[in-house]
Amino acid sequence: MSAATHAGTHAVEPAETPLTPESWGKLGMWIFLAGDAVGFGTLLAGYGIMRASSADWPDPYEVLGINLTALMTFLLICSSVTMVKALEWLGKGDKRHAINYLLFTAAGGTIFVSLQAYEWTHLIHRGLHINGNPWGAALFGTSFFLVTGFHGLHVTGGVIYLLSMVRWILNRPDPAASYNAVEISGLYWHFVDLVWIMVFTFMYLL
Amino acid sequence: MATAAHKHPNYMAIFWWLTALTILELGVVFLPFGKMINGTLLCALALGKAALVAAYFMHLRFETKSLTWIAFTPLAIAVLLIFVLMPDSFAVSKKTAGAAKAPAAAPAKQ
Repeated sequence: MSAATHAGTHAVEPAETPLTPESWGKLGMWIFLAGDAVGFGTLLAGYGIMRASSADWPDPYEVLGINLTALMTFLLICSSVTMVKALEWLGKGDKRHAINYLLFTAAGGTIFVSLQAYEWTHLIHRGLHINGNPWGAALFGTSFFLVTGFHGLHVTGGVIYLLSMVRWILNRPDPAASYNAVEISGLYWHFVDLVWIMVFTFMYLL
Repeated sequence: MATAAHKHPNYMAIFWWLTALTILELGVVFLPFGKMINGTLLCALALGKAALVAAYFMHLRFETKSLTWIAFTPLAIAVLLIFVLMPDSFAVSKKTAGAAKAPAAAPAKQ
């Protein structure tokens, strides 16, 4: 796609990017996600270092429990599948199915955040606070709420993003005009799933 | 602007792989091999799942190699950070262990 080809039209990308020939927006999202991943990576690395240097770090598996979070993990995996299905239908030119799958994905994210709120409430009632807990190192609660909260905010942002994509599709008669934007939003959503895979392992299972 | 620029892999197969690996993870927690081996297995499974999501759901497998390098950089930075902070972590953990032993040693001196 050259700039000359599209001269005179607006909202056109000036030149092709060598990394993501489809669009600059996709490259922009990848760079944003790489930056965001550094944030999550730093949080998890910091968590590991704090845990390794603590003499009384509680056993997360026993304190937090994994039944509910295993279900939440499965839910995010399912939502990733509905996201790719939305894009697949959009690629076939079927807006109705694409929107339905986007709504399923957003519903998955909403249930995830609701379950996380339930989990937090339950743990707070049992004594897990940001500055202390009955089981050991105070930083256990700090790191738990910081990491899972940061991820939960990402999921919440993702749900809003997906709903805005539904509106985006509805406002454009041609499904092909929405494909790129939905693909970019999908990158964000899968990233949120990917990060939860790491959070689930490092903060609950290890 | 291209649409459907790359082929769609078999997403349901990826879904079943991710589900199977998650169930395997839950099983590994109960293995009697000790924290080191269980931890290594869990990290490997998590990285495998993350790789599946990135490669197929995020279509990284169908993108240019340079983009893959961009995607891997944060992982490299996180691993580097762990190695950079490790000496400090060991020092703190020795100090903490020493402090924990101190009350027991204190009465003997008196």
